[in-house]
Amino acid sequence: MTGNAEVKVRIQDLSKAFHTNGHEIRVLEHIDLDVREGELVCILGPSGCGKSTLLNIVGGFLPASSGDVAIDGLPVRRPDPRRIFVFQERGVFPWLTVEGNIGFGISGLPATERAARIAHYVRLVGLEGFENAYPQELSGGMKQRVEVARALAVNPDVLYLDEPFGALDSITRLVMRSELLRIWQTERKTILFVTHDIEESCQLADRIVVLSARPGSIRRVVEVDLPHPRDLSSPRYLALRDSILEEIGLAHRI
Amino acid sequence: MTDGNRKSEIGNRDEGAPPLPVGPRLVESILLPVGTAAVLIAFWHAAVRLSHTDVFPSPLSVLRGVGELARKGVLARYIADSLLRVGAGYSLALVLGIPLGIALGWYSTAARAVNPVIQLLRPISPLAWIPVAIVLFGVTNVAAIFLIFLASFFTIVVAAMNGVRNVPGMYLAAGRNFGLSVPALFSRVIFPAALPRVLTGLRVALGVAWLVVVAAEMIAVNSGLGYLVIDSRNAGKRYDLVIAAMLLIGLIGLVLNTLVRQVERLRAVRWGFNAP
Ligand SMILES: Nc1ncnc2c1ncn2[C@@H]1O[C@H](COP(=O)(O)OP(=O)(O)O)[C@@H](O)[C@H]1O
Ligand SMILES: [Mg+2]
Repeated sequence: MTGNAEVKVRIQDLSKAFHTNGHEIRVLEHIDLDVREGELVCILGPSGCGKSTLLNIVGGFLPASSGDVAIDGLPVRRPDPRRIFVFQERGVFPWLTVEGNIGFGISGLPATERAARIAHYVRLVGLEGFENAYPQELSGGMKQRVEVARALAVNPDVLYLDEPFGALDSITRLVMRSELLRIWQTERKTILFVTHDIEESCQLADRIVVLSARPGSIRRVVEVDLPHPRDLSSPRYLALRDSILEEIGLAHRI
Repeated sequence: MTDGNRKSEIGNRDEGAPPLPVGPRLVESILLPVGTAAVLIAFWHAAVRLSHTDVFPSPLSVLRGVGELARKGVLARYIADSLLRVGAGYSLALVLGIPLGIALGWYSTAARAVNPVIQLLRPISPLAWIPVAIVLFGVTNVAAIFLIFLASFFTIVVAAMNGVRNVPGMYLAAGRNFGLSVPALFSRVIFPAALPRVLTGLRVALGVAWLVVVAAEMIAVNSGLGYLVIDSRNAGKRYDLVIAAMLLIGLIGLVLNTLVRQVERLRAVRWGFNAP
């Protein structure tokens, strides 16, 4: 990734605390991060460190306690169709077919254009033949594809993915990662990808943002200058993985 | 994406499973219950014969009673009258209950205000409302319809309220993320997400409405299957007609329930039911 691309997402001194029956839970502290246009950034950290909270704030679903989030220089106040949040496959609407789900966000388009857009994304995620299937008739991996296609169909600039492959079996998860990379390379979206899986972040990211345990703050930002497709047995990949493993290991010992 | 992986995922689809062979399914769903009914009727027939009762009718005399009602032309009219009353009271409960339930499910403050009242009124049997219905509407058709309305209204309100309350936050977040206005969020996310629960409530409410039509017709009107039960008893102790009316009530209730169950099979709501 070239260093001089435009900054797409700017997070400045962001903190978040929850107040539940008199207690204050500090979840995020002083997060500063710039994500460049077209970049794939992984936010990596142990469970409960505030990754989902961070992504929800950036997505406009939650207010920050202090600090700012801006996209294209404008502050984020609410969710926006230009930035789509992809949940684990559970966000797919079970009352709609694959087609209905993928076309959900483009109901304002003329019918023919909408149908063409749906067909395009059905093909992109490899669901030809399942256009009229309902989610309950699909495997977890297929549902996840539906959700990614539904997000892409509105042609957003940014995708937020919160442990999107966490519920999948390990083989499907690997397939989905390479699918995501292929889609990212053709569609050139800015992607914020939350995961607690070190391998996953090393396979996908341009940069890995390592968060500490709660209250989450940025421990380290790792530039990954390995070209895709990545050789998962190369010494450079293994060195990268081990350095992060060490970082997280330390994080656990503190 | 390789073809090999696609195939393995296709294998997980429910639709991939072959349908049950016709033979066992037919036996289980039709022949078994029909057989049970036949055994019970035979038992009934034998019991009437062996006990030499003059009061309790045999299956055959009940059947003759149904024929007599049909010939006199009251059978179709009574069935239609009962169905119309249920149709009127139930439709009213549906038209008022679903929007109210959805609103209460969405506005939690309103629910906190209203829900205790609903929970207080709900356990009161519709039969206890009979005196109130008569005071309000006299011994009229309207009183009967009012009782049926009450019998189904609370069930429908509570089902719609719980349906909306239990819509997963993720669906709402996704709907908002795609830029839906509040009305669009209701029609495109909240309503379809709540629909399976609402339908279950509608089915239960219809069952209760049909239960109550009989009681309502016993006091408030002079037509319908409930009226037939009480009238046959009072006018000449015609127990063959009493039993005939009872069986017709059961049969129509079964048909109504089966019809509503068909709605639950529609693909857009089937996800919400455990049924295969
Ligand atoms: N709405 C909330 N109210 C109170 N506490 C919350 C809320 N959401 C999250 N938390 C707490 O914040 C912490 C971080 O949660 P989360 O962002 O989901 O972590 P992660 O995604 O990294 O596993 C957890 O301890 C969680 O219990
Ligand atoms: Mg999380």
